[in-house]
Amino acid sequence: MKHKVINMKTSTLIILAVICAIIFIAPLAMYNGHGEDDGYFGGSDDAASEQIEATHFEPWFSSIWEPPSGEIESLLFALQAAIGAIIIGYFFGYWRGQGKEE
Amino acid sequence: MHIMEGYLPLTWCIVWFVISFIIVAFGIYQIKKIVDETPESKALLAVSGAFMFILSSLKLPSVTGSCSHPCGNGLGAALFGPAVTAVLATIVLIFQALLLAHGGLTTLGANIFSMGIVGPFIAWLVYKGCLKANISSTIAIFFAAFLGDLLTYVATSFQLAFAFPAPTFGAALTAFLTIFAVTQVPLAIGEGILTVIIWDRLKAYKPKLLDKLGALAPNEA
Repeated sequence: MKHKVINMKTSTLIILAVICAIIFIAPLAMYNGHGEDDGYFGGSDDAASEQIEATHFEPWFSSIWEPPSGEIESLLFALQAAIGAIIIGYFFGYWRGQGKEE
Repeated sequence: MHIMEGYLPLTWCIVWFVISFIIVAFGIYQIKKIVDETPESKALLAVSGAFMFILSSLKLPSVTGSCSHPCGNGLGAALFGPAVTAVLATIVLIFQALLLAHGGLTTLGANIFSMGIVGPFIAWLVYKGCLKANISSTIAIFFAAFLGDLLTYVATSFQLAFAFPAPTFGAALTAFLTIFAVTQVPLAIGEGILTVIIWDRLKAYKPKLLDKLGALAPNEA
């Protein structure tokens, strides 16, 4: 069976990646100089929790374990991203090496 | 979209847990079937799960001035459907609940429902709809990923408004949608683009496998 899959040019892929980077860098430029102290770049999950607390709801259970500091938390987040990246990199590299599927 | 540990009344925890449990169980059954029929799809399952692992660990800034994270649930939904994606989301959410205190065990059902079920279900519908209309799978995956991400956050807003309808359901929903959905729009566009890039490479390396899974448009296969 003949496949008519059309792939993008490398340049198109790079342009897409750049657009993506701009989307995520723009807020940093827009609110340059602001920080957590004046209410910027906080997490939306935390904002929702505050909204819930405003209804006088008492959380009835707390996490059985919490990262003891911001450093440990960022360590575990980095680990999470690394696990994902290794898996994708492994398979994409393997498939690329295999050459085009006949 | 993580509802934090203990931040949902017990009744709602149970409701979401039961619904999610049924769908995750069905997803595990589907994974068994898919892997039996097409053993090569194991690698695609791993890539879909890994993509979700990466994207949900990245807390990105939004133009609203707050931060949130994408979901990565559109890719799995387009390839395998919502139930299988619910299983992958469960793995991610358990990792985050136990190691990062993001989300929680009591709210696991509710979080699986938004990120693993509603988002992927919409993504899957949009994806299949686009393919039926003979739209290129690369365009289809953008809309699937964009809406899958956005609707995940809309689902969380509804869940919270149901549980905390104060002062009214409408007012609570507006408040939660403002926090979650508005922040999410630019992130969802970014997630759409990232999914397109991954999709383009998958199409280059594994066109036959994608076709076998029914994940390509009729004019591409």
